[in-house]
Amino acid sequence: MKILFFGSLREQLGTGELELTLPDHVQTVSDLVSTLKQRGEQWQQGLGQGQFLCAINQVMTVDTASLSDNDELALFPPVTGG
Amino acid sequence: MISISVQREDFDVGEEYQRLKADCRTVGGIALFTGLVRDITGNPLTSLQLEHYPGMTEKSLQATAEEALQRWPVADIRIVHRIGELKPGDQIVLVAVSGEHRAAVFSACEFIMDILKTSAPFWKKEVYRDGEGHWVEAKTSDQQRARRWQQD
Repeated sequence: MKILFFGSLREQLGTGELELTLPDHVQTVSDLVSTLKQRGEQWQQGLGQGQFLCAINQVMTVDTASLSDNDELALFPPVTGG
Repeated sequence: MISISVQREDFDVGEEYQRLKADCRTVGGIALFTGLVRDITGNPLTSLQLEHYPGMTEKSLQATAEEALQRWPVADIRIVHRIGELKPGDQIVLVAVSGEHRAAVFSACEFIMDILKTSAPFWKKEVYRDGEGHWVEAKTSDQQRARRWQQD
């Protein structure tokens, strides 16, 4: 699946995009975030603060939403347009 | 009719207004809001970088405009939002709504701005004269304004 990061989160993680195969034990966005945090200190810190939003296939959702391997997931800080 | 643009280029408020005005003879009023880059921090601002989520941005603005059309009897909705590097005083966003009566166009215009501020995937980064950059944080007051429109 494809995972996108935006704004300050993209900068903190040092990447805007990841491609990965959804691990078997991962069902929800929150499960995936826990897995990503194991990638190192930068990830632990960036994703550890909790205050970020998520969208699956470009629609805003909650972190208890289920994921499938062909989804596009995006994680980002609260939006500040306008 | 809904028309949405996410673009680097500036927009011309006069042209946008004329287009809405010409579109329908039953239009009795047009409400138009523009948002500008302001410089109110202690550290002088040299630019504002606007990042967005291509694809989702357009979908999100379209969904907001469609909801406004369902909630109020308005004719046309036009949204323009700029991305990329902007300078203090530059225009960032335009929301224009036409319709028969003022109450509906005022409400629809305000609704679109309030929802855009809290759900359209844009992020602002301020860059100051000393080279420092700072991501603008979301405001609770914006969340509160958006919540006012939630239906029971």
